[in-house]
Amino acid sequence: MFYREAGDFKTSYGEDSQTFPIKFDRVRYYTVLVVAFGIIPFVINDYWANAVFVPFLIYAIAAIGLNILTGYCGQVSLGTGGFMAVGAYACYKLMTAFPDVNIVFHVIGAGLITAGVGVLFGLPSLRIKGFYLAVATLAAQFFLVWLFNKVPWFYNYSASGQISAPERTILSIPVTGPNTDAWAKYMICLIFVVVLAWIARNLTRGTIGRSWMAIRDMDIAAEIIGVNPLKAKLTAFAVSSFFVGIAGALFFSVYLGAVEVGEAFGIQKSFLILFMVIIGGLGSIFGSLAGAAFLVLLPVLLKNVLVGALGWPTDLAAHLELMIVGALIIIFLIAEPHGLAQLWRVAKEKLRLWPFPH
Amino acid sequence: MNMVSHEPYVTEDGRTIGGVLMELKNITLRFGGVVAIKDISFDVREGEIRAIIGPNGAGKSSMLNIISGFYTPSEGEVWFEGHKRPQMRPFRVAQQGIARTFQNIALFQGMSTLDNMMTGRITRMNAGLMAQALWWGKAEREESEHRAAVEKIIDFLEIQHIRKTPVGRLPYGLQKRVELGRALAAEPRLLLLDEPMAGMNVEEKEDMSRFILDVNDEFGTTIVLIEHDMGVVMDLSDRVVVMDYGKKIGDGPPEEVRANQDVIDAYLGVSHD
Repeated sequence: MFYREAGDFKTSYGEDSQTFPIKFDRVRYYTVLVVAFGIIPFVINDYWANAVFVPFLIYAIAAIGLNILTGYCGQVSLGTGGFMAVGAYACYKLMTAFPDVNIVFHVIGAGLITAGVGVLFGLPSLRIKGFYLAVATLAAQFFLVWLFNKVPWFYNYSASGQISAPERTILSIPVTGPNTDAWAKYMICLIFVVVLAWIARNLTRGTIGRSWMAIRDMDIAAEIIGVNPLKAKLTAFAVSSFFVGIAGALFFSVYLGAVEVGEAFGIQKSFLILFMVIIGGLGSIFGSLAGAAFLVLLPVLLKNVLVGALGWPTDLAAHLELMIVGALIIIFLIAEPHGLAQLWRVAKEKLRLWPFPH
Repeated sequence: MNMVSHEPYVTEDGRTIGGVLMELKNITLRFGGVVAIKDISFDVREGEIRAIIGPNGAGKSSMLNIISGFYTPSEGEVWFEGHKRPQMRPFRVAQQGIARTFQNIALFQGMSTLDNMMTGRITRMNAGLMAQALWWGKAEREESEHRAAVEKIIDFLEIQHIRKTPVGRLPYGLQKRVELGRALAAEPRLLLLDEPMAGMNVEEKEDMSRFILDVNDEFGTTIVLIEHDMGVVMDLSDRVVVMDYGKKIGDGPPEEVRANQDVIDAYLGVSHD
C-alpha cells in the first residue's frame, strides 16, 4: 500500500481538519491503540512496567503539559518539577483526607489544584518574557520544593518527611500501594495518557491553540488581531499545569509509592522534561511522546548494552548517558530545533512521493 | 479648509460613501521630548478608501498605531461609530471591528495559511474551554462555520493552493496577501493597511491594488492605507491626508492634494532663495 492522500477526497471541513488525514496514518494509529490496550497488558511484567512503560507514560503526560506551555505558547518554564510536586502533594492530601473517594477523582483534583498554582506562578509572564520568565519559574521550582519540605502539614506530620501512597482501588483492583499488579499500573497510566493526549490535541487544533501559537510567534500582532494576551497566557499556564499536576500525582501514587520531595521533584526533573520536549519537538503532541520514550528508553538501553552485555562498570555507563544526552540536545538545537517530530514529518513527506523524487 | 458635507453620496464608479465612521480630533503623540504627531484631525467616512501619505518619518505609522490602540495619544480623541473611544488595549479595538496589516510582515510564521486566517476570526469565536477540550458541540460547529467563512476569503484572494503551507515557506508577495487575508477574515468595518505594496514588483502591486478595490467594493469595507507609490495612491483613494514632520499639510481628493503647493514642497523640497 502506498502512503498517499491522492484519491482520498474530503467532503466536509470536519473531515479535512481531522488529526490523521491520511488513511494509512489512521490505520497505524488504531493499531497502536489496539496493541497498547489489547496486547501489552497481558504480557507486561514488573520489570517492563517499572523500567519502561509506566515512567514513559507518566513523563509523556508531563511532556505534553510542558509542550503546551513552551512549545505552543512560547513561555519557557523551568518549574515543571515543582508543579509535579504540587500534583503529588495535592493527590496525597486528597487521598488521605477523602479515603472513600475514587483515586481517579483525586488525580484529577490534584491536576486542578496544580492548574491554580500554575496560574499564580504564570502571572509574571504578563510582564516578562524569555530568559527572565524562565528565571521566574525557576523561583517557583525552588519555592515549592522548599515549601513541601518545610511545612509538616503537607506530609501529614510523618516522621520521615516523606509521603507514601495508601492502597486505593478501582473496581476493587488495587492501583496504588505495594500490592499493585504491573498491568494495573500500566493501564491506569495508559488511560490517562490517551485521554489527555486527545484533549491536548483538541485544544491545540482549535481556537485556544491558535491563540497560544499566535502569542508564541508574534505577540504584538496577536494582540492587534484580537487575541487577549492575558487570557491566552494564563490558560496556557493553567492547562499546562493541569497536565503536569496529573503527571506528578501519578508519578507519586502509582509509580513511586513513596516520595521525598527534593529527590523526586528537584530541578533535575524540570530539566529532564524540558529535554524531552526539546528532543521530541516543540509544538507537537507526538513529539512529546517521542521525547519521553527516547529519554526513558535511552538509559535502559545503555544499561543493558554497556553493563549487561559489555560488562562495563555501572557508574561509567551512567556518566556516558549524561554525555550522550547532552550531546544530543546540542545536536538537536543546532541541526533540528523541531526535534524528532520534525524528522518524522520530513520522513512522511518523502514517503508521500516515494518512489518518485519530486 | 472647506467644511466637507457629511451627506452620503455616490462616487463616479458607483460606490456609496456614507457618514463619518471614524474621526480623529486634535491628535498629538509625544515620545518624551519628540513630537511624532502634532495636532492632527481628520475623518474617515463609511465605505471610502482613505490614504495617508507623507515622507519617511512623517508619523503615518504612528497614526495607524493610534487607531489600532497600540499607542495612546498624548492629547486628542478618537471617535469611532459616533462614540468617543476610551483608552483601550489593541485586542479590544480588534473586537470593535478594526483590523490591520503591518509594514513588515507580522504573520505567525509557525502556522499554516489556514491557521493564520482562522486566528483572524478569533474575535468571533467563543466556544468554552471545556467544549474545545472535548471537541464537542459548539466548538466543533464553530470550527466548521468559521472555516467556511475563511474559505470564501481564500477563494477571493486566490490562495487555495497554499492553504496548508506554513507561511514561513511562502514568498514575500504571497505572505503579504495572506496577511491581508488574515485581516479580512475578521470581517472588519475598518481595515488599516500599512504599506500593503512595499517591496512588490509591478505585477504584484497590480494584484494587490485589485484586491484592495475589490474588498472595498464587494464587502463594503472602509479602508485606511499608507502607501509610498503615488500612482497607486492617486488611483485607489477617494481622499488623501498628507503628513509631514507630524503635521497635516493637506487633506482632500487626490487631484486637489496633487495640486497643493505645500505637498509639492514636502515631496520635492523647496529651494530657499
